Amino acid sequence: MEYKFGEPNAVAIGCFILVVLLTFAVTWFVSRKQQQSAGSYYTGGGGISGFQNGLALAGDYMSAASFLGISGMVALQGYDGMIYAVGWIVGWPALMFLIAEPLRNLGKYSFADVVASRLKEGPIRTASAITGLLVVVSYTVAQMVGSGKLIELMFGIPYVMAEIIVGTVMLMYVVFGGMLATTWVQIIKACLLLFGVTILAVLALAQFGFNPITLYGEVQNTYGEAMLNTGGLIKGPIEAFSLGLALMFGLLGLPHILMRFFTVPDAKEARKSVVYATTFIGYFYLIIPIVGFAAVVLLSKNAITAVGSGGNMAAPMLAQFLGGTPFLGFISAVAFATILAVVAGLALAAASALANDLYISTFRKGKADETEKLKAARVATMIYGVAAVGLGILFKGQNVAFLVALAFSIAASSNFPALLLSIVWKKFSTTGAVMGILFGGLSALILIILSPTVCVTLLGNEAAIFPYKFPTIISLPLAFIGSFIGSIMVPDVEAQEKFEQQKIRTYLGVGSEGASDH
Amino acid sequence: MQELLNSDRFKNLIRKRWTFSFIMLMVLFFIYYGFVFTIALNKEFVAQKVGTYATVGIIMSIAVILAAWFLTIIYVIWANKVYDKEVEELKKML
Repeated sequence: MEYKFGEPNAVAIGCFILVVLLTFAVTWFVSRKQQQSAGSYYTGGGGISGFQNGLALAGDYMSAASFLGISGMVALQGYDGMIYAVGWIVGWPALMFLIAEPLRNLGKYSFADVVASRLKEGPIRTASAITGLLVVVSYTVAQMVGSGKLIELMFGIPYVMAEIIVGTVMLMYVVFGGMLATTWVQIIKACLLLFGVTILAVLALAQFGFNPITLYGEVQNTYGEAMLNTGGLIKGPIEAFSLGLALMFGLLGLPHILMRFFTVPDAKEARKSVVYATTFIGYFYLIIPIVGFAAVVLLSKNAITAVGSGGNMAAPMLAQFLGGTPFLGFISAVAFATILAVVAGLALAAASALANDLYISTFRKGKADETEKLKAARVATMIYGVAAVGLGILFKGQNVAFLVALAFSIAASSNFPALLLSIVWKKFSTTGAVMGILFGGLSALILIILSPTVCVTLLGNEAAIFPYKFPTIISLPLAFIGSFIGSIMVPDVEAQEKFEQQKIRTYLGVGSEGASDH
Repeated sequence: MQELLNSDRFKNLIRKRWTFSFIMLMVLFFIYYGFVFTIALNKEFVAQKVGTYATVGIIMSIAVILAAWFLTIIYVIWANKVYDKEVEELKKML
């Protein structure tokens, strides 16, 4: 069977145009009556329901890298891909237990609001905006480079052109429609992705009498038992522990995910959002391995690696095998929508850090009217969009896997500890917060540079100075130690008093930002 | 408001909330790290067959995803039944 990759495919382009038109129409329809303010720009007016937000969270989180990368990993490495997939779900319950409700009650536009709510605004917003931006930018570059390659392969559009298309379409949603448009793009994308993957898995399982066990049997008979057993992913308990910490607590520090909690009216809806998001994401990671295993049985390993290294094309190839060119076209359009939705969410998180935390709150000390705040938000979004396209082009052909590790590690080691401590620890002070953010963020950054992912894979050295791929086992405790030392050395009496007063807002939701005051 | 802040009822609610959260987090840690450490330390056990083709490892990975989902459901049921009720009562004191 011949695979039609790298040449313009009429169905793929047709589906792609349909998806773009559909999202434009829906975003125009929902945002036509939207209030023109910075608050609406960042939160969509705060009237999104828990169910809608759950879908949007799933749309924000399930990236093309997850869909294509994990199915490819299962196809080539078997069971190791399944172990990896499990790691992506365990952050969600933790987000629910520790952060979701207090975050909604204490914040306004971004997680930095929560940390800054009882500490000194200037240093806190600057520090958390910097680490927030570092996370968002690393994540963005990984997404942009991946998407450029993907679109090149699927639609036959040159890499640079693909980057520009992603950047432009994304900016059209975000600059004009803000959070409300982004939310709907993410909802539509989540529905398309879940639908596409379901059809793919059902068609695949139909080849095996709708019995996953038969599928495992075929995998074992063709490639041996090793495919169903763990290979080299988990090297030892410390490596595994560190990876788990990064995946689990990294989610609790991703600015674009945390930001979505301000789109719902109250803590109860925030809670519901997490349940729905966990349901959709859990379902997604349950069926993705089926796609991977079916691909390797029906297509063969050689065929998959021939089209793209890392097996990224396993799912689209399986789509073509099972449903012909039209289904391939549909799946390609879904992958494209996935990229757009994730980058749009990242753009808003970057805009809130740049425009609200750095420019309006810190540089202008909050002295700006609504028009100026909104303008700053839009300009920041544009700057982010141009930077994303530029960085995507600059990093062309680079191995960017370490950037995802970097994003999750910094998120887990600087944003998450600051957020958690500001919610639960009375004695947390401004100095403690800044020290914690610095200790965690810097150590994560340095250890990633010294890790095998950069030292060996990227730079081609024999061995790495730091033996583990994820630095969280060191950097996360360092963040807590830094916060502790700073808070004990330079206590903040005012912040301790505010902590008590704030409890009514934190636990009862009294005085939190409502849907109407945005 | 000060009265509410100092009331035992409010303090109990906060304590209950975090106790429950941290117990749930410990359960999550136990399940996920139990899974990962079993793979890291006892590869023979994970490779054991359940039936003809499925392995203990495959069953475990599916179980962990389902367990993560159940934990969020349990938390929401608890929050709706226990926590929210207290919150409504306490709000009346304001």
